[in-house]
Amino acid sequence: MSTPLLELRKVTKIFGGKRDYTVALDDMTLVLEEYFPKIIAVVGESGSGKTTTGMLLLGFYGPTMGQVLFRGRPLHELKGAELFRFRREVQAVFQDPFAVYNPFYKVDNLLSIPIKNFKLARSKAEARELMEDALERVGLRPEETLGRYPHQLSGGQRQRIAVARALLLKPKFLITDEPVSMVDASLRSTILKSLRALNQEFGVPILYITHDLTTAYHISDYIIILYHGSVMEAGNVDSIIRKPNHPYTKLLVSSIPWPDPDLPWGGTEEMIQKSQVAFKAITGCKFAPRCPYKMDICETKAPELFMPERDRVVACYLYRDHTVLPREELSSVFAQA
Amino acid sequence: MSEPVLQVKNLKVYYYVEAGAVKAVDDVSFTLDFGVKMGLVGESGSGKSTMAFALMRMIKPPGKIESGQMILDGIDLLKLSEEKMRQTRLRKLAMIPQGAMNALNPVMRIDKQLIDGMLDHGVIMSKEEREARVAQLLEMVDLPPKVAKMYPHELSGGMQQRVTVAQSISMEPDVIIADEPTSALDVVIQRQVMETINRLQQRLGLSIILIGHDMGLMAQSVDRLAVMYAGKMMEIGETHAMFRDPLHPYTRLLIESLPVLENKGVFSGIPGITPSLLNPPEGCVFHTRCPKAWNLCQEATPEFVEIKPGRWVACHLHTA
Repeated sequence: MSTPLLELRKVTKIFGGKRDYTVALDDMTLVLEEYFPKIIAVVGESGSGKTTTGMLLLGFYGPTMGQVLFRGRPLHELKGAELFRFRREVQAVFQDPFAVYNPFYKVDNLLSIPIKNFKLARSKAEARELMEDALERVGLRPEETLGRYPHQLSGGQRQRIAVARALLLKPKFLITDEPVSMVDASLRSTILKSLRALNQEFGVPILYITHDLTTAYHISDYIIILYHGSVMEAGNVDSIIRKPNHPYTKLLVSSIPWPDPDLPWGGTEEMIQKSQVAFKAITGCKFAPRCPYKMDICETKAPELFMPERDRVVACYLYRDHTVLPREELSSVFAQA
Repeated sequence: MSEPVLQVKNLKVYYYVEAGAVKAVDDVSFTLDFGVKMGLVGESGSGKSTMAFALMRMIKPPGKIESGQMILDGIDLLKLSEEKMRQTRLRKLAMIPQGAMNALNPVMRIDKQLIDGMLDHGVIMSKEEREARVAQLLEMVDLPPKVAKMYPHELSGGMQQRVTVAQSISMEPDVIIADEPTSALDVVIQRQVMETINRLQQRLGLSIILIGHDMGLMAQSVDRLAVMYAGKMMEIGETHAMFRDPLHPYTRLLIESLPVLENKGVFSGIPGITPSLLNPPEGCVFHTRCPKAWNLCQEATPEFVEIKPGRWVACHLHTA
């Protein structure tokens, strides 16, 4: 088997000092292959560790324990040409379509700088051609986009330019962190469409980080549900959204506000009214304090990843009769389809 | 026939900028009945937040309420003196702001912030009465009593938003305007906060205007729905009827742009972008993006008419 493009190997990330700390990500292993052109969603509430996962993979900070690897080499050891390669091959689209632009420069900058940095074009005309091509691919008209300032464009257009920028570099992997959460609902689909096209036409695998289960369901092939730094459930997105197994996933899915007045919010009251508790003290299942199905064992030992189906793992003792998948092999459930 | 608690008639709110007047709310009329929850939806720039601030009479220069009427319990808010209006806010009409973290005073304990408004409005309470009122308000929004002595930064986003909900009901107003109260929250917390608001509405008989852009949340939470676009009211009706049979093409596109369980992988957005409110298109403001536009739409602005009881629409397809 070839060396994976990106890998989190038994990664734990802790923020804060000795006394007051937060475990943002807890013993996570995730293998992301270059030639596996699928979209994997990482979903969770605030504090679930989803953004931390993305930041670690982009090398914006290092793990407290474990390793983050790019083509088998620890990210923090990369230098020179290797680092350059990493920066080109792994691209990101972030949440805020305002913050990535310098308001004093035309939006062209976002596209022309990478072209210059990575020497993608030999002439101005060629650079222009690349930019126009990338914009057209995300459904924007270059003549209506280039030469404008960020404030002259809508949030949706700006976010699509960010996708165009990622596309320009022909990345091997794309990490998107809440790319549509700050964009109007009516414009979200255009961005998701661009991402999906990037994935299918160019075979770029995407890690789609979000708190929004609806868009995750629509765009991705697989899903990882995180809660306070641990995987609760992972696998095929269709079966998980349509038939969630973990009590936490059930809560999430039943809280989706479907745009249909005849499909009301379901779920149990007592489960959602419970407030949060301090999480560093928890040794067992992290969801146990809010879980209506809590058993004694849930409070003493964190559950393994049980495999009720070939393409799904659930970290919950309700499924303990099923085979256990070692944590390090989490990514194998994504190859089962 | 139910009684209207709030009637807005031909309201116009303009912002005066160097290039001219931005018509953020342009000739909007609607009625809110007692005990009804109405959703007000639209994309960014549709004028929905301006509408909220106009109802509170909190439009700041260069914005100005040009003309119209806002009748609350028989009184035209636009005719009140500044002082009378100040007394009306919170007492009769309160607002739940969009970002709770920016609405709370970071250096004041929650108990003080909860009754600050009441004291300012001349309510006289003994120390015991104050404590009792704080405890009661916290209980109403499902917060534990210990929150009283805490500071905003010690609370989660959802808890902070609950505090602003408690503030808004402190003087038991008739109408509450909630400006995207849950847009910064996760789905589970969003649902909890909305369920708290629902319970309060029933307990206190509130009438609520819920402003937002999320049609999914609207489907789950409101009785009636009003759709705004580029400063104009497009359609108003009962929520079920609006979702089942949207009359305005814009309403239909808004609903269809949302993902549902059955159409996985179908991404249908609304083509084009919202027009500049400095130079809105002639005729119907939506005709530049409307799949059903015909020549009349470019020439004449459709009237906003009640085509069946309780159902209003501004579209030539239904009125011409």
